[in-house]
Amino acid sequence: MKKTFLKHEHFQQLLDALKEAGFACIGPQVRDGAIIYDTLTTSTQLPWGLRDFQEPGSYRLEKTAEYKAFSWANGPQALKPYLFKAEETLWRVKRDEAGKFIFEAEYAKAPAIAFIGARACDLAALAIQDKVFIEAKQIDIRYQQRRESLLIIAVNCTYASKNCFCVSAGTGPKVNHAYDLVLTEVDQGFVVQSGSERGAAILAKLTLTPASLLQIQQGALEIQQAANMQSKKIPFNNTRALGLALMNKLDHPRWLDVAERCLSCGNCTLVCPTCFCHSERDKPSLEATSSEHVREWDSCFTKGHSYITGKVIRPDTQSRYRQWLTHKVATWFEQFDVSGCVGCGRCITWCPVGIDLTEELSAMVEDFHET
Amino acid sequence: MKLDPYLPKSAEIMARFQESPTIFSVQCRFSDAKWQQQFCFQPGQFNILYLYGVGEVAISIASDPTCQDSFLHTIRVVGRVTRALAHLKVGDQVGIRGPFGSFWPLNDAIGHDVLIITGGLGCAPTIAAINYLLLRPNDYGHITILQGIKHSDDFIFKDKYAAWQAMPNTTLFIAANEASHDWLGIRGYVTDKLASLSFPEKNTLVFICGPEIMMQVALDILLQKNFPEKAVYFSLERNMECALGHCGHCQLGGLFVCKDGPIFAYPTIKALFNRPGF
Ligand SMILES: Cc1cc2nc3c(=O)[nH]c(=O)nc-3n(C[C@H](O)[C@H](O)[C@H](O)COP(=O)(O)OP(=O)(O)OC[C@H]3O[C@@H](n4cnc5c(N)ncnc54)[C@H](O)[C@@H]3O)c2cc1C
Ligand code: SF4
Ligand code: SF4
Ligand code: FES
Repeated sequence: MKKTFLKHEHFQQLLDALKEAGFACIGPQVRDGAIIYDTLTTSTQLPWGLRDFQEPGSYRLEKTAEYKAFSWANGPQALKPYLFKAEETLWRVKRDEAGKFIFEAEYAKAPAIAFIGARACDLAALAIQDKVFIEAKQIDIRYQQRRESLLIIAVNCTYASKNCFCVSAGTGPKVNHAYDLVLTEVDQGFVVQSGSERGAAILAKLTLTPASLLQIQQGALEIQQAANMQSKKIPFNNTRALGLALMNKLDHPRWLDVAERCLSCGNCTLVCPTCFCHSERDKPSLEATSSEHVREWDSCFTKGHSYITGKVIRPDTQSRYRQWLTHKVATWFEQFDVSGCVGCGRCITWCPVGIDLTEELSAMVEDFHET
Repeated sequence: MKLDPYLPKSAEIMARFQESPTIFSVQCRFSDAKWQQQFCFQPGQFNILYLYGVGEVAISIASDPTCQDSFLHTIRVVGRVTRALAHLKVGDQVGIRGPFGSFWPLNDAIGHDVLIITGGLGCAPTIAAINYLLLRPNDYGHITILQGIKHSDDFIFKDKYAAWQAMPNTTLFIAANEASHDWLGIRGYVTDKLASLSFPEKNTLVFICGPEIMMQVALDILLQKNFPEKAVYFSLERNMECALGHCGHCQLGGLFVCKDGPIFAYPTIKALFNRPGF
């Protein structure tokens, strides 16, 4: 597909064209000191000239000299909450006059979303969530409805935080698939490429110039730079070999060691773009004439996650952390033929005590390390 | 549009039986007659029962699969949802999703002996298998049932067991760890009884359900007796919310107990079987 150039000052045209095509634009913006995704109406809301600095357990935004909209790496929030909602009603039940039940499914009603700013790791995570909710025998219609109408405007990373390890995880930093449009930000604007007919139709409405060779080269260089900036690595490059090695270390003393640091707060599972656990509960109406059945995100770090009457299968932090980590990088392969970690680094940044899964893994499988 | 697997179908309570102070059975029928007609399941599979305004629980289907106009659930009152379910009366409605999960290998067992070992009161999945086998005595060889209970006072289904005992080609042992003085059954662990028995037929299949520690002891004895690993089947329990492979609660390593189980041949679960924390 031909590469074109969209000037920074014409970014608003993209938002307008998306709106005209019936999409609600969701894009990055600053809230409470972090870059998150929410409704984007004007291009001025973008995090212009901002860059994040991340360390295990810490995140801070700073102004940069460059006037760019995407020279930052992922914040706490991923694409996930726009498809797999943190809380949603699955169905309602009413009783008719005769006392008979009437079950009514609740389906997605929100307008189609154009998601602006998805990174390579986000799209890898999206492919994983698709496997959970719509590529299995049993599908979630709500997720499917939102997924099918989703328009993805991806952005190639040109900067990586200290916690990013998408190169080692095998997911980035370059976006290779599943996008409608992909942008690479360079001086003064974006090298733009469409990946679908829907994407091309949007492009047709914008003021574009052909991308110069220089712009294309600068874009490629910036992406390469985002790769070169990464120092973190996941053992065995996130392959099945890591899973096999880890499953041989279920009694390693490091599990106890990490359990002494871990608060079992579940932040890592909430920020993780691939975690799919949820629980269901009923919310009866006050008049008791109807009841709503709701699902909300859950985490394997809670007691309720593994509760059966008279027994909690994972009563302590050690067994919960072990469930989390073994699921992510080992047993996920058995379920979905891929690792459950995409290397986004969110769980490292947003862990209140800065636990870094790549370090825990290295410590546990060190004698397996490639030479 | 595709059927929404999250959405229950309404069903009516046709009959209710109090089996013991804490155990009751409900015979149910889908309100939608067509749905009832096409509802088919295998012993060992389960439904998700929904009680209005309270919530959902996983319950095995206890009736025989050939019975097409209704299905039966036997429920023990243990907590929030089951306690509320106990108040159901004839004519009340519930929501049902299902059937879900794997089932006992009753076809593979045709022509062979079957050994059923259950521990504690959590033996609902095996009751479906026992009923199925005893209704088809000509299809199977010798049926041995070993039921372990904690205290002889917990012994329920006395009539049912008496009927089973009277069946040809059927041997029934009931072992109580603690027993009142008038107890006629075995005193001690069900696994001790298992150790004392011999099983001449080569292709005997074993169905086991109960606490995982008891299942482990039973397995060790069986392997010592040269039962092949693949002849031993377990019914497992994990927290279940969706029964669809979506909610993650029922995971046992890479397996989802709701869809890959709840019935597993031992080799499938060997790596993590009875390992605390999984
Ligand atoms: C495959 C399968 C088949 C079952 N078949 C039967 C049966 O035929 N008869 C019967 O009496 N019981 C059966 N159970 C157990 C039954 O699901 C639990 O006893 C029931 O969920 C307890 O709910 P509660 O709200 O009354 O108890 P609480 O202790 O208040 O539990 C709260 C919640 O935790 C979850 N939970 C608790 N225990 C279990 C459990 N053992 N399994 C799964 N989720 C649990 C449920 O979501 C439950 O609503 C089966 C369980 C499974 C997994
Ligand atoms: S485990 Fe951590 S690094 Fe891996 S995808 Fe989840 S949040 Fe990102
Ligand atoms: S079990 Fe834990 S690590 Fe796995 S998906 Fe659920 S919350 Fe995430
Ligand atoms: S019960 Fe939800 S995944 Fe198995």
